[in-house]
Amino acid sequence: MSERKAPAPVVNVETKPFWDATAEGKLLIKKCNACDEVHWYPRSMCPFCHSMDTAWIESSGKGVIYSHSTMRRTPVPYCLAYVTLDEGTTMMTNLVDVDFDALEIGQKVEVSFADTGEGNALPYFTTV
Amino acid sequence: MSIKGKAFIAGVYEHPTRDASDKSLPQLHAEVAKGALEDAGLTFKDVDAYFCAGDAPGLGGISMAEYMGIHIQHTDTTEIGGSSYVAHIGHAAAAIAAGKCNVALITLAGRPKAEAQKVGTGGGGRGPMFDPNAPELGFEAVYGPATANMYGMAAMRHMHEYGTTSEQLAWIKVAASHHAQHNEHAMLKKVVTVEDVLNSPMISNPLHRLDCCVVSDGGGAMIIVSPEIAKSLDRHCVKVLGHGESPKHLNGGKVDLTYTGAVWSGPRAFSEAGVTQADIKYASIYDSFTITVLETLEDLGFCEKGKGGEFVMDGNLISGVGKLPFNTDGGGLCSNHPANRGGMTKVLEAVRQLRGEAHEKVQVPDCDIVLAHGTGGSIGTRMGSATVILGREDA
Ligand SMILES: [Zn+2]
Repeated sequence: MSERKAPAPVVNVETKPFWDATAEGKLLIKKCNACDEVHWYPRSMCPFCHSMDTAWIESSGKGVIYSHSTMRRTPVPYCLAYVTLDEGTTMMTNLVDVDFDALEIGQKVEVSFADTGEGNALPYFTTV
Repeated sequence: MSIKGKAFIAGVYEHPTRDASDKSLPQLHAEVAKGALEDAGLTFKDVDAYFCAGDAPGLGGISMAEYMGIHIQHTDTTEIGGSSYVAHIGHAAAAIAAGKCNVALITLAGRPKAEAQKVGTGGGGRGPMFDPNAPELGFEAVYGPATANMYGMAAMRHMHEYGTTSEQLAWIKVAASHHAQHNEHAMLKKVVTVEDVLNSPMISNPLHRLDCCVVSDGGGAMIIVSPEIAKSLDRHCVKVLGHGESPKHLNGGKVDLTYTGAVWSGPRAFSEAGVTQADIKYASIYDSFTITVLETLEDLGFCEKGKGGEFVMDGNLISGVGKLPFNTDGGGLCSNHPANRGGMTKVLEAVRQLRGEAHEKVQVPDCDIVLAHGTGGSIGTRMGSATVILGREDA
């Protein structure tokens, strides 16, 4: 159902560990060692307590749909969504291999990776 | 210190064009500047400060200052998308109050329609959303966050939490179209019904084509002056009573798309002006999409959070019909959205209402205190929010 080619992301030295891990099918998020909060998108400084002591942890890749919207005016419709991970933070993604008309907020989803062809993969989500 | 009564809007101008394929971008900025100065009864020689945002080409405000041949002592290029020009009013008032300048020019211009016709894209790839160093870029651009689907997600979540319906959102377009029929320059002059909106093609659910604003060229300008200069002019000058602004962002992944930055900018503006929602006779509300209006009205306190859907129904936003006349020029939903930024035109119609110069069919009687609100960026991710409260010269 997802015929859109996975585009390669813009990667920099700060985000490289995240994108390298996607090649191994791992979804990393950042957790702060000072305040224990997880955040999204991953960054060096904790946006809540501003500590520089943050660490990569592997997400379960499971979560629920926070919201979604399916773009109909492109040649191939696609669904933009926010997914709230079980770890508690909410990330932007696409919902793939789903019936766009049957999606509901709160529905359980799980990560799946789409190879970009450039040494990394995009975390997408699909309903479980 | 407060800016209340420290500055006045002495001149405004809205470019009549909606398709500027025959004009350059600097030319549009200069034309709206000249129009606003003539409206105020001032000249380019009087201008000592220039305010502009990301739509002004070149080096900050300096390239356009050079093009227009103005010699200034103060510039401000605050760039918060479509809300910039509303924020500029507050910044200009503060600069005037601090003695940094006396006559501030603010311009906006853009030709997305003309440029799209030429290159076949929606905006030419300019602006912060295309900055490769923007920290969010790698984690968002790959997912195709076009504008309509980000606002679609906000609408979807608002519906989920509060039971808001597509019919209720449609009423916002219906009200705008009732006003636009009287604006000779409006792109969409046809009065539409709730059914028309619901039957228009789905762009990104739950938003239909008629839930979206128009794409247009054009621009506008304002002249903000000190009280002394306002007194010396023949023109009815509009008093700046209050201003508030606040960005809102995704807050490290604690996402909530059901409210906008207006929850913070609104109270700051009301507090500075010393007025309440009940004092507001007319409101210009940023209307990139119907959901933008609905969330903003709630956040500004015109109704309880979550009750925006009920508030906008049955023509409550139509001048002469409802309790809160809004966007009486037809707004971005029907008239124009120059440079894909609607903050300037929001203020221009608010000034017309205070001066009694709106179209007679939509002029609000005894219009003495108004509000104008700008939203920039996206309510689906990160946004600028700016609110101003304006009054008649003697307010
Ligand atoms: Zn922390």
